[in-house]
Amino acid sequence: MNPREVPLIFEESVPGRVATRFPDPDVPVVPLEEIIPKDYLRERPPEFPEVSEPEVVRHFTWLSRRNYAVDLGFYPLGSCTMKYNPKINEDAARLPGFSRLHPYAPEELAQGALRLMWELEQLLCEISGMDRVTFQPAAGAHGELTALMMIRAALEDRGERRTKVVVPDSAHGTNPASAAMCGYQVVVVRSDDRGNVDIQHLRQVMDEQVAAFMLTNPNTLGLFEEHILEIEEIVHGYGAFLYLDGANLNAMLGITRPGDQGFDVMHFNLHKTFSTPHGGGGPGAGPVGVKNVLAPYLPVPTVEREGERFYLNYNRPKTIGKIRAFYGNFAVLVRAYAYIRALGGEGLRQVAETAVLNANYLLTLLRPYFDLPYNRLCKHEFVLSGRRQKKEYGVTTRDMAKRLLDYGYHAPTIYFPLIVEEAIMIEPTETETRKTLDAFAEAMRRIAEEAATNPELVRSAPHTTPVKRLDEVQAARNPNLRWRPT
Amino acid sequence: MYPEELRYSTEHEWARLENGRVRVGITKFAADRLSDVVFVELPPVGTEVQFMQPFGVVESVKAVSDLYAPVSGKVVEVNEALKDHPEILNQDPYGEGWLVVIEPTDLSELQKLLGRDEYLKLIGEA
Repeated sequence: MNPREVPLIFEESVPGRVATRFPDPDVPVVPLEEIIPKDYLRERPPEFPEVSEPEVVRHFTWLSRRNYAVDLGFYPLGSCTMKYNPKINEDAARLPGFSRLHPYAPEELAQGALRLMWELEQLLCEISGMDRVTFQPAAGAHGELTALMMIRAALEDRGERRTKVVVPDSAHGTNPASAAMCGYQVVVVRSDDRGNVDIQHLRQVMDEQVAAFMLTNPNTLGLFEEHILEIEEIVHGYGAFLYLDGANLNAMLGITRPGDQGFDVMHFNLHKTFSTPHGGGGPGAGPVGVKNVLAPYLPVPTVEREGERFYLNYNRPKTIGKIRAFYGNFAVLVRAYAYIRALGGEGLRQVAETAVLNANYLLTLLRPYFDLPYNRLCKHEFVLSGRRQKKEYGVTTRDMAKRLLDYGYHAPTIYFPLIVEEAIMIEPTETETRKTLDAFAEAMRRIAEEAATNPELVRSAPHTTPVKRLDEVQAARNPNLRWRPT
Repeated sequence: MYPEELRYSTEHEWARLENGRVRVGITKFAADRLSDVVFVELPPVGTEVQFMQPFGVVESVKAVSDLYAPVSGKVVEVNEALKDHPEILNQDPYGEGWLVVIEPTDLSELQKLLGRDEYLKLIGEA
């Protein structure tokens, strides 16, 4: 079978075929109607596919071969930090003492897990310059919401009800979404022509109604905010909180700390910076770090240490409460812990240095073929523009991204950040070799050439994937989300 | 592509004065930049809108963007056709693809908007 010909499993169905035959029950059979109210019983049995075990296995194994993953090749998806995840982290997370631990196990029997959380908190505090960390948020955006809820609680404690949250026009979409979800009105501040927050505009939009300024640093253009200390002064001058979207922490590890830059609160994307499979490959973790000023409002429980004993502390009168079941995505914490301990301080600094070096190397190779709206030394990622190709040859960034699939790469992030026309956002990460970067740059160079010499080839890409160009407009306007029997 | 008689906002909405009321849409430039629009969210009739504050949302295959009111006032008409046929926003942004009609509270706000030539300069097509 060719992977492009995998039929739907429903199409393989043959009435009466089963994968497993159960033995006759050895207990009395109770009719469902007697134990479940009629309203909750379905009128017709569900139309599950009827297939044999080898058919099930082959179906999903073939489907899995359509996947692309960082274990198969380069994955330059900007903003997502798709670095290679060391397999030793997986071994650590699968240790039976962690993987078989029940969340209701008594503290006495979970000392190792509690100690890991306590130590990971210390490590993240050292890396970030924050004072405390909660591990509950399930991923970055959940961390943003948690942080904003803490900020709101702190302001209310001061007797203030502020109404606005400021975000830059280059922000991740989750920032304004989290602010709106927390009941705040979103105010957008412009970027200047070097890709920094426009300081003059920030001064104009700030007032006593602003609860927080949410900033990503390095920002989504992959550029370090050159006026971060001035921003800190302005924001704190109005009594507002300065929030770091920690999505791009990979560029700062061991070099500079958000806490030292004046941030009061931040989220970490453990699944990005600290190496856990993500992007469809597993759950995330979005711990939130705070300075002491926000610590009383942390979600419960926190993990505390008393002598040699570790325990969960629910006795926090000003807490915003629980924001997730139990203690967060614990197995992700184990992976992050293993990763940090394996690298150590020096190793983490090398991560940032190599990530930045790789990005600048790749940028230098690609600069001749694409526009670069913000021409500065970049950090861990950079944003090109495909506007030249669009204007001169009618080939869009989307077309070029699709064409990259034919060359065997995952496409970069496109059309983000919104302030760059025809944006192509590339993040190579530190785990790629120079040979890989050279090969990718060569593919990009050839696509730029094809855009000029054979634009139709690029416009109709991809040509080698199991599924050809999808009709995204039709899919968005008339989504067909479920199989129906014919 | 950019009618002379319209006023334009820096957020790429147009405003057309019609018998004391203001019809609002997005410009050809915005429609092209968004690419294929797949969803338009508009406020119900009767909603009060503020000058250059968001009043709705337009979603394309590329991005989700706020719509800004080019004049303060009350929404008196909403283009219901966009609900089922968002593509008309791309096909006819100054005609069938209009968004809302506003009963303005302060018509002088239109003077704060851009004229055709200023707008062309803003989008780099002057």
